[in-house]
Amino acid sequence: MSAAVTTSPAIGPPLWLLLELTYRCPLQCVFCYNPIDFAKVEDELTTEEWIRVLREARALGSVQLGLSGGEPLMRDDVEAIADEAHRLGYYTNLITSGVGLTRERLSELKRVGLDHIQLSFQDSTREMNDFLSHTRTFELKKRCAEWIKERGYPMVVNCVIHRLNIDHLDTIIDMAVRMGADYLELANTQYYSWAHLNREHLLPSREQLQNAERTMLAWRERMKGKMKIFFVVPDYYEQRPKKCVNGWGTTLATIAPDGTAMPCHTARMLPGLSFPNVRERSMRDIWFDSDAFNRFRGWGWMKEPCASCEEREKDFGGCRCQAYLLAHDAAAADPVCSKSPHHRVVVSAVERAQETRVPEAPLVFRRPENSRSYS
Amino acid sequence: MSQADRPSIRPGIRLQWEAVQNAYVLLYPEGMVKLNTSAAEILRRCDGMRSVDEIVADLESAFNRNGLQGEIEHFLQLARAQGWLSAAES
Ligand code: SF4
Ligand code: SF4
Repeated sequence: MSAAVTTSPAIGPPLWLLLELTYRCPLQCVFCYNPIDFAKVEDELTTEEWIRVLREARALGSVQLGLSGGEPLMRDDVEAIADEAHRLGYYTNLITSGVGLTRERLSELKRVGLDHIQLSFQDSTREMNDFLSHTRTFELKKRCAEWIKERGYPMVVNCVIHRLNIDHLDTIIDMAVRMGADYLELANTQYYSWAHLNREHLLPSREQLQNAERTMLAWRERMKGKMKIFFVVPDYYEQRPKKCVNGWGTTLATIAPDGTAMPCHTARMLPGLSFPNVRERSMRDIWFDSDAFNRFRGWGWMKEPCASCEEREKDFGGCRCQAYLLAHDAAAADPVCSKSPHHRVVVSAVERAQETRVPEAPLVFRRPENSRSYS
Repeated sequence: MSQADRPSIRPGIRLQWEAVQNAYVLLYPEGMVKLNTSAAEILRRCDGMRSVDEIVADLESAFNRNGLQGEIEHFLQLARAQGWLSAAES
């Protein structure tokens, strides 16, 4: 995209395509990014429909492909989808908790040309991993890591970081090193969906965060050239919002299990937008012409303080979902921004995170019963 | 990196022509870079068969220019620092 200021920048291709193949998942992570009402979605796209999406998006220029969920391996056609993706020239990433992976499936995925696997952990010990995901999956994940290595895949480990596990960062990194990880992503929780519901339990204190950063930096120095460590601080502790999905409708297209197409995987929560469905419209039509993908493109939709802000090209006003969740207006400035009139919502959440009391509301696990009762 | 090294693109990383972007791109786990012409022309020759000297000679003849060695070696160093290359032992 050119740096020139225009009201409607040219629409580039959807370079990244994220297919959320299913919302089914045997885990029940308290920070899950799936929509709270995921249990309502039952009508998943068929193999043929996913393959049509792949073809249409590839013709538009999509090239980085994420297969995620839920747990994508809950479907038995991940191999067929990866196979077609490879034939079309995608670089295919499987984003999995490891549940459902077997040696046989992995051989088949390798054979059809899957490019890489990102394996997620919840913590470094069996007790905490299994508590946070509410399942007994730790040993299984470790086995998966061995198989992934054995197959010659780059080892990409992801661990979502929050108040309940951030103090274990040293052992989490140590675990990744011992597993032979090439990349380690320490993703601080983003507070949408389930994580937003559980925010009081999950937002770390400033002191926890500072300690964690120190630990991470020491490991980064030690593992230089051997393992790349990514660490993103939670945006609640920043003064400026992140550039959400690189700008609405500029780079990413997400397709939900039922075929709903969105500029980001949490956008479903936004009111007043009807998202197009790949069952009814082509990817070309969706990407270039749908109201939903055009709604927050460019600058025309912006309100003050963003509309006249000289930083608007840096962050596009932040995340639309966070604006809606915290300022109740999807077109507002992301309240993480210190210029937002709603910034105090973030400040007070951060203040509460410095207290040591245990929140009154219970920790809500991501399971179908809770999905029904909280939506 | 010595001149006898035979650089190759690291397993798991892919160099590919993308018509829509009208460019070569390098694809790796959860990331991608769009390459300019000279970067792409160098990386296309990192096939584990050619030595750095051969790559230089090849490019000099393809582009009908001399004195590219410094530029090419500098780029290969950058590429290695980015983790794009694994050196095949010759
Ligand atoms: S975050 Fe946890 S519960 Fe949600 S889809 Fe991923 S593994 Fe499943
Ligand atoms: S006011 Fe809006 S555009 Fe300016 S820095 Fe804040 S969020 Fe970004």
